[in-house]
Amino acid sequence: MSSIISRRRHPAAGYAAVAGGLVVAGVLYSALSGGGASAAAPAQDSTQVSQGHSLFLQSCASCHGLDAQGTAQAPSLIGAGSAAVDFQMSTGRMPAKELGAENGRKPTTFTQDEIHAIAGYISSLGGGPAIPSPEQVSSNGANTGLGEELFSTNCAQCHGFAGAGGALTYGKSAPSLNASTPTQIYEAMLTGPEAMPVFGDGTIPPAEKQDIIAYVIETRNEANPGGFSLGRTGTVTEGLLGWVGGLGFLVLIAMWLTARRRDHVKGESEQQS
Amino acid sequence: MSETPEEPAGPRRVIGTPSPAPKAVDVRTEPDRPAFSAEPENSRHAKNAERIVAVLFVIAFFAGVGFIAAYVGLEIGIGTIPKGANPVVAVLRSNLALGTSLSIALLALGAGSLIWVRHLTPNIEIAEERHDLRSDPEDRKAFQREFAEGAAISQVTRRPLVRRTLLLATAPLALAPLVLLRDLGPLPQTSLRHTVWKKGLRAVTLGGLRPLTPADISTPGSLITVIPEGFQNDADALAKAGVILIKFAPGELHVPTNYDGGTLVSTMNWTIDNIVAYSKICTHVGCPVALYEQTTHHILCPCHQSTFDAANGANVIFGPAARALPQLPLMLDSAGFIAAASDFTQPVGPSFWERG
Repeated sequence: MSSIISRRRHPAAGYAAVAGGLVVAGVLYSALSGGGASAAAPAQDSTQVSQGHSLFLQSCASCHGLDAQGTAQAPSLIGAGSAAVDFQMSTGRMPAKELGAENGRKPTTFTQDEIHAIAGYISSLGGGPAIPSPEQVSSNGANTGLGEELFSTNCAQCHGFAGAGGALTYGKSAPSLNASTPTQIYEAMLTGPEAMPVFGDGTIPPAEKQDIIAYVIETRNEANPGGFSLGRTGTVTEGLLGWVGGLGFLVLIAMWLTARRRDHVKGESEQQS
Repeated sequence: MSETPEEPAGPRRVIGTPSPAPKAVDVRTEPDRPAFSAEPENSRHAKNAERIVAVLFVIAFFAGVGFIAAYVGLEIGIGTIPKGANPVVAVLRSNLALGTSLSIALLALGAGSLIWVRHLTPNIEIAEERHDLRSDPEDRKAFQREFAEGAAISQVTRRPLVRRTLLLATAPLALAPLVLLRDLGPLPQTSLRHTVWKKGLRAVTLGGLRPLTPADISTPGSLITVIPEGFQNDADALAKAGVILIKFAPGELHVPTNYDGGTLVSTMNWTIDNIVAYSKICTHVGCPVALYEQTTHHILCPCHQSTFDAANGANVIFGPAARALPQLPLMLDSAGFIAAASDFTQPVGPSFWERG
């Protein structure tokens, strides 16, 4: 021990320390990841889970931890469920581009199979809501009227009456629903991504979720009275257009009305002077 | 900022008043002001302006005819629109045609009139003398004399019985508008302090009208709007009784405290299994407040950005609201459903005069 202390200022000491740290980290990694694999629930398709695990290690583990246990930057994914993974990755929110107030929708670089593989791996870590089937998110036979009532009560305060999105606190915002697929809307209600509250099957049963999805989809196809959507964000853009466009036009008219008349003809100006 | 030495001597100009204009001859008061002829101008400019005005008036004519045609031609009533057509689309189309044609007609008429005035009529400035508003002394004397004569002829001064009964007859009519003010009442009494919530009244979801067990709201971060059971069609009751239920993870919900008559009252026992119920009516001006962020536990009001901390008794942490959102005490009824343990202990919604 005393020899190490006496050589701690040796030029090679830093390299030795880094090398030692890497060896320790590697040993710990193999031990922990081996333990994780053996503890995984065998219910899932094992090849899909192992493919998902390797994809997770490549793309997710740097923030969420090698065993999805979470780090200072990112939450634990144990118990998050496959629906949360599918929502976050199919909308391009994950992997995150940077650490910000929230992650916006962007094109995803993963195929659906890859996303389902990672979802399968996360699901194998235990519990959480599952990805809904196409029948669960279909609008067939849905009650759009009840969907409208439920949307107004539970969704419109953040996403707006037409699902155009809106601002929240401290740089966060509720996104527009115009690009969302029925599956993503269902998953968002089920898992409550980011600041969004959870609307589980106990509070909004699957049939009512289908009604809400049917309303969101049908609203997209509604005609815009007057011909322009103005973003469908409601009074903000309408007011902006009214004040800047409408009032500005009236001000210009008033300026024209009260402007001093130019004399166009030479003789006329001589006559008046 | 010092004054330039070239500035002519004279009274100092007060900041904000117009600078002294160069002395101009006021043609309006000149006795020998030039007479403006009403003869038409025949310059090229005047002829162009005349044509533009005429074109605008013709456009206004056709747009006006178009308005009538659209009113008569575009059917909007069910039964009169073609079979299979969408009545909403028919109304939208009719509104668009009516609005467009009328706008064009009025705009073209106005623009034509303006161009007429600005480019065809001679540019004359006419001043009108301002006279004293008070009448001449002779006129005033004559009026007084005629008024006194009229009063004498009508006998109103000599027959007090007629005069007094006339006043009596008009008195109720004069008071009638004051009586109509009664329609502003009655006073709300204590109705602003209470809602229909009472002990044992179940909370049901708004929309699905289903009662809830704590297991239905088991995921932390859940939010749902509930109303008192059986009042879904009572708009007066719902205006005050809307409630949001929020589920917290264990340990996230801090003990909300309340001062009731100077005594500190814990409201932790108002929650069930980390489910807490707050009034959905903002204490600022009464907007429905349900923008709940499960990451920060903020409840944001969309109208004026009042922000409440749901984990700490919905205290105000930002915005114009003056008070925390009132909390509804919860209990489980005999069937295991979430119900109110009592009414709200404070008035819900915005301030009112007698609230104190």
